[in-house]
This record gives sequence, C-alpha cells and structure tokens, in this order.
Amino acid sequence: MKNIRKTFPGVVALDNVNFTLLKGEVHILLGENGAGKSTLVKILSGAYQKTAGMILFEGKEVDIRTPRQAQQMGISIIYQEFNLIPYLTVAENIFLGREPVGFAGVIDREKMYKDTQIILDDLGVKIDPGSMIKNLGVAEQQMVEVAKALSLNTCILIMDEPTSALTEREIKELFSTIKSLKKKDVSIIYISHRLEELFEVGDRVTVLRDGKYIATEQISNTTAEDLIRMMVDRELKEHYPRNVVKPGGEVLRIEDLTAGNVLKDINLSIRKGEIVGIAGLLGSGRTELARALFGLNKIVSGRIIIHGKSEKISSPRKAIDLKIGFLTEDRKQQGLVLGLSLKDNICLPSVDRLSRFGIVNRKQELITANKFVRNLQIKATGLDQKTMYLSGGNQQKVVMSKWLATEADILIFDEPTRGIDVGSKVEIYKLMNDLKEQGVAILMISSDMLEILGMSDRIIVMHDGKITAEYASHEATQEKILHSALGAA
Amino acid sequence: MMGKEFILHNARQFGTLIGLFILCIILWILTPHFLTVSNLLNITQQTAINAIIAVGMTFVIITAGIDLSVGSIMAFSGVVMASVLNAGLPIPLAILIGIGVGILCGLVNGLLITYGNLPPFISTLGMMSVARGAALLYTNGRPISGFTGDFRFLAVGEVLSIPVPVLVMIIVYVIAHLLLTRTKLGRYTYAIGGNEEAAMLSGINVRFYKTAVYGLCGMMSGLAAIILTARLNSAQPIAGIMYELDAIAATVIGGTSLMGGEGRISGTLIGALIMGVLRNGLNLLGVSSFIQQTVIGAVIIIAVLVDMALKKQRG
Repeated sequence: MKNIRKTFPGVVALDNVNFTLLKGEVHILLGENGAGKSTLVKILSGAYQKTAGMILFEGKEVDIRTPRQAQQMGISIIYQEFNLIPYLTVAENIFLGREPVGFAGVIDREKMYKDTQIILDDLGVKIDPGSMIKNLGVAEQQMVEVAKALSLNTCILIMDEPTSALTEREIKELFSTIKSLKKKDVSIIYISHRLEELFEVGDRVTVLRDGKYIATEQISNTTAEDLIRMMVDRELKEHYPRNVVKPGGEVLRIEDLTAGNVLKDINLSIRKGEIVGIAGLLGSGRTELARALFGLNKIVSGRIIIHGKSEKISSPRKAIDLKIGFLTEDRKQQGLVLGLSLKDNICLPSVDRLSRFGIVNRKQELITANKFVRNLQIKATGLDQKTMYLSGGNQQKVVMSKWLATEADILIFDEPTRGIDVGSKVEIYKLMNDLKEQGVAILMISSDMLEILGMSDRIIVMHDGKITAEYASHEATQEKILHSALGAA
Repeated sequence: MMGKEFILHNARQFGTLIGLFILCIILWILTPHFLTVSNLLNITQQTAINAIIAVGMTFVIITAGIDLSVGSIMAFSGVVMASVLNAGLPIPLAILIGIGVGILCGLVNGLLITYGNLPPFISTLGMMSVARGAALLYTNGRPISGFTGDFRFLAVGEVLSIPVPVLVMIIVYVIAHLLLTRTKLGRYTYAIGGNEEAAMLSGINVRFYKTAVYGLCGMMSGLAAIILTARLNSAQPIAGIMYELDAIAATVIGGTSLMGGEGRISGTLIGALIMGVLRNGLNLLGVSSFIQQTVIGAVIIIAVLVDMALKKQRG
C-alpha cells in the first residue's frame, strides 16, 4: 500500500501511509488509539475507500471497492467483535452465504459438516462442527473465524486485537495457530496494544502515529522502549509510575463473605490511600467479588464492613450512597451510555445529588463535567459530544470521571486499561496515584500481570472463587502470582 | 445558547420544521382556504389529542419501549369519567378519576414490563385488548353522552381567544419539555433507553423510573380522553382505535429513535402537526379517505428514510 490517504469530513485519518506485507510474515500494526490502524486495514479489506494513494497486490495495482471483492482476492479480516451468528452451528457459520447445495437447491449438510471438520482438523482445533456458536467460548469463536477465513482461501488475514478477550492459555493456542498459518504462506496483519506479545508472535512491525507512517522495523532489531517512543513521541520513563503513599485507616473489610454462585469465604481489607490488585484467571471470581461489593450479587453469608460499620449493600444505589464506585470491565456495554453526551455520562450517578425536588441543577452539572474534562484532559469537541465518538482512552476517562464525580472513597476498577493506548494508560495510572494521595482506596482487578505488579501496593490472587494468596508489592513476582492463580498452593 | 450553535444542536428539529413549512406552502398554493386563521386553529385543535398522546409515547419510546395500548386506555378512561360525570360528580373530580384510570392502566403496563420482565410490545398489546374489553363491558358497548355546557367548555371554549384543547396541548408540551430536559426523570429516561445496564450500574432504579414513564403515558391517554369526550359530547367505548399508530408516527417523524435513548419533545409536536396538516390539507383538496391513508403511511416511511440517510451522512 503506497502513499495511502484517507479523509473523513473535517479529519485526515491517514496521511501518506506506506505499508508492505510479505508472503508468510506476521506484520504487527502498532499505534495508539486513533493512530489510523483500523482505518488502514478497513481500506485494505474494502470497508472504506481510500481518498488517494494506491494498493499493489502481487505487483498489480488493484482497486478494492467492497468487502466481498477483498474476500475474493483472499483478504479476510477478523474484527474484535466477531461476525458470527449465535444461533447457527459452526459449520453453518463457516459456509454462510455459500453453502454447498445438492439436489433442488437443498443444502448438502453432510458435505458442509465434513468440509468443516477437515478445516478444523487442519487448524488443529477441537471444536464440533455441529455446536452452536452461542455455546462456544470466546477463544473457540475466534478459531471459527480463523477457520472461516481459511475456507475462503485467504492469503492475507487481518486480526484486530485478537487477544484482548483471551486467557493466557488461549493466547498460547492462538499463537501456535498463527505459526501454522505462516507455514501455509498466509500473511498476517496483526493489530495489538500488548507490547509483550508482539515480540512473541511478530516478524516485522509498522508504527503509525496520528495517521502518519512512522517506521517499519524487524521485530528482532527493536525493543519495547523503542516502539513506545515511536508510538507516542515522548519518552515514557516509567510505564508504571507507582508512588508510595503511607496508607491510612481501614475503609473496607470483608469477613467470611460467601456470595453468588462463585465466591467462597472471602476475607479482605483495604486501607485509605492503598491500591490492592486482584489477580486471577478468567472465572476466578474477581468480577464476582466486585459485583458483590456493588450490590449486584446475592450475599449468602459473611459481612461487609465500611468505615467500621457493617453494611448491607442491596443495590448499586446503596453502594454509591456508601461512596463506592465501580468502573466496570466492559466500557461500552456497562460503563457508558454511548448515545449520551460527555456531560450526561459524567453526571449520571450524581444526578441524584445534583437535584432538588427532582429538578436537576444544570449549572452544577456543567461545572462538575467541566472540572473533570479539564482535570483528566479528556479530548472532545465539547461537553455535548456524544461519548460514542470518543477514542477508547477518552471514553475510559469519562467513566473514571463519572465515579470521581460521586466523590467515592472506595473505587473498584475492573480492567481499567483494557483496549487503551499506551499514552492514555499512563495518564490513568497517574490519576490512580493522585487518588491515592487523596486517600481513596482502590481495588484494581486486572489480567495484565505487569499492570498488577506495577501499580499495586498489595496483590491478592483469586482462584475458583477463593483468595489463594496475598503478596506485598515487593515480594510478588509473575511466577508466584501465576502459581497462585492456577490454584497450586 | 443562541445562533449557530443552537441551530446545530437542534438540526434534526429544524429539519422537521422545514418539512412542515414546505408542506404548508404546497397546501397554500394548492388551496387558498388552507392558510386562514380559522383553518389553522382547526388543525391545531384536531392535532391536540394525538399530540397529547404522543407526549407519553415519546417518553416511552425514549426508554426503548413502545405502548400499543394508548387508544384503548383513552377509551376506557373516557367512559369511566363520563359515567361518574353523569352520576352527578363535580367536573374536577370526574376529570381526576378519568386521568387516574389512565395512570393506573399505564402503571400496570409498567409493572408487567419491569417486574414481569415482559417485552413492552407484549404487555401493551395485552393491555390494548384488556382496556378495550373493559370499556365495552363497562358501557355494554353503548356510548355515554349528554354533558353540561361547563364540561363541553373543555373542547369548545376559548381562553384569551385560544381554544381550550390547544391551550392544554401547549401546557402539556411545556411541562413535558421541562420534565425531559431538566429533571431526574428526564435524565434517567434517556439513560435507560440508551443503555439500561449502564443506567442500572450508575445507581438508577430502572424499574421505578420505567414504571413511572408508562404511568405518565397512561396519564396522557386519560388527558386526551377528557378533550375527546368533551368534543364529541359523548364517551365512546370504541374511541381511539388506531390512535397508537398515529402517536408512534408523530413521535418517529419528530426524530425519536425507536432504538431508544434519543428524541425531543419539540420534535414530536412538529411530527403531530405534520400529521394534522396532512390530514387537513388532503381533506380540503377533497382527496378520498382511502388515498389519505396511503399518503400518510408513505409520509411516515419517507420521513424515517430521510432521517436515517441524514444520520448516516453525519456519521
């Protein structure tokens, strides 16, 4: 792809970008949110039309007008959100729109399932072609997407943030699949924010910044620091700028808590100005614990003590009144009302406090929203901008603001930096430091091991609904945490 | 907020308003009688009932719901009110009872949706039939008529030379606009429609506010019943058939999305006026009622198509 330019009304999304993909290589596309990675691959896969520049495919100039045309050329894309139909089977999804037909247009189911089995075996994955998509896990669904792409004789496979929802083990499996694809001469464009995995899976890397081409490097010739510098154009001395604050008194204590279907005998205490990291694999009960604290999980037995008083938290409203804030894992589904403005989102949990006799004090709303937009440096056209048009990092800052506006002194952060670019990540960490200094207690759930190690004052590891270990920040290591997370005593 | 920013912020409303003006100009050219004070007053008066019901519908649709029972509830509260009026109860009390019946039916809808977890389509479809049946049962299928002049004033009277129904409509719209833009109820209505889960996680009592919104919608049906009964000088158990569709049409033409989370009360007023002007104009032109039906249906479809195309362009 040569000198690619793409403009949207009012914005230049890509400016003079060059990108070369070799046969059988894994080429990482790296850049902050809004750098133009998605736009570039969307042009390649026919979802967008380029404004200027040209695309050469096997040496010939081509014009890719529709996703269908891209598919016929052998270019497939797997988005973060899968395009699978939940109530159809694996085979039906793979052959959707091009089912093998037999006599009188009736679908030849036998052939369809047999062909699917061949593709899946070839990939080395154990999935029944007859299972319904909705019954599969995220990793398996992703494999179905890969299988679908292969059945289309794909020679260029684009993967957008393929590991964002996978567990460690699933990521390993994905990587071995990628390696076997390389052997079949499939070229892969791989978009990811996670630096550590790039070195494991990539051959070359191209960095974009603000819609501009920065550089293409051999992965083996570069380091994480180099890449970050190229991405953000500023030295990031510390990824994890943890400051040490002397913790104050205890604000929250959980005693022998059994709740929902998962949590068993949880004991936990957190003090003012402390960040407690909660590590564990998916399904270990971390989010369940957060939900129990926020009145969303039925408490079977045990006590939750806040500021020395035993409290019954029966609903999110009650939790908010007790000054608990819960930044949920899924920003778009649970954190934001995407169709509403920055201001409305920031003020949503505080509307109650900002109203008298049911009438909202609109001036106070504006002041509140303005304060956080300024303090957190949220980039937007104005307070009235709908949150759906913000970048991931800025969206996350809006969710943070929403909870800060409630003046909560216990904040639960569930995966606070998932899917966020490096620059915004550091800003969020700095914000967590500021909160610590103000005496806020933070429970941070994270699957990012480095984040847990880098930001927590204490680390708690969960497995199978129970707390299996607790480490002070200086004694914790990746190995120890993983060990406890796997339930090995 | 004035000038350019104001226009940009309300672009959708201005678009619908321009549509209304164009429609008026075409009708003015085609029939000179259209642009007379008496005819315009006539239009607003005829629009009032649909416009009032559409207010409730707008709230419901912003929460991503729908209410199919508004016409039936209107008929039921109309006949109940008429019967207590004829039994000799004072007018204000009868009116309160009529509105109360509307609110009750609406709250039942709301409770079925929030606590019974029924889809709004189903519970209000059921209520549509239940309320209609109740109205027929209550009256044995016969209309109730013969009211005092004082009651008739509510339809034919004028205050400061504005017809009472128009005045009621204006008051309802001002209050509804303030409710939607300046109160907790309004904020939560948008939040629930935009993302119910996020609203719940922000500490909003979703069930309470959703039920309240359906109660409000029922209240609007009760209010409309008063005006209709006074105008016809009779409460009909079969009144208001298909009114739900007119109310939905006014709301949707006014730019409220059936997906919920967005919409303006001012848009709904313009939507209701477009429907009213269209009916009136086609009548003046002597177009047969069969063709009228078809034209109005087509206008609804075109309005939404244009809206979607514009939205897509704006990104």
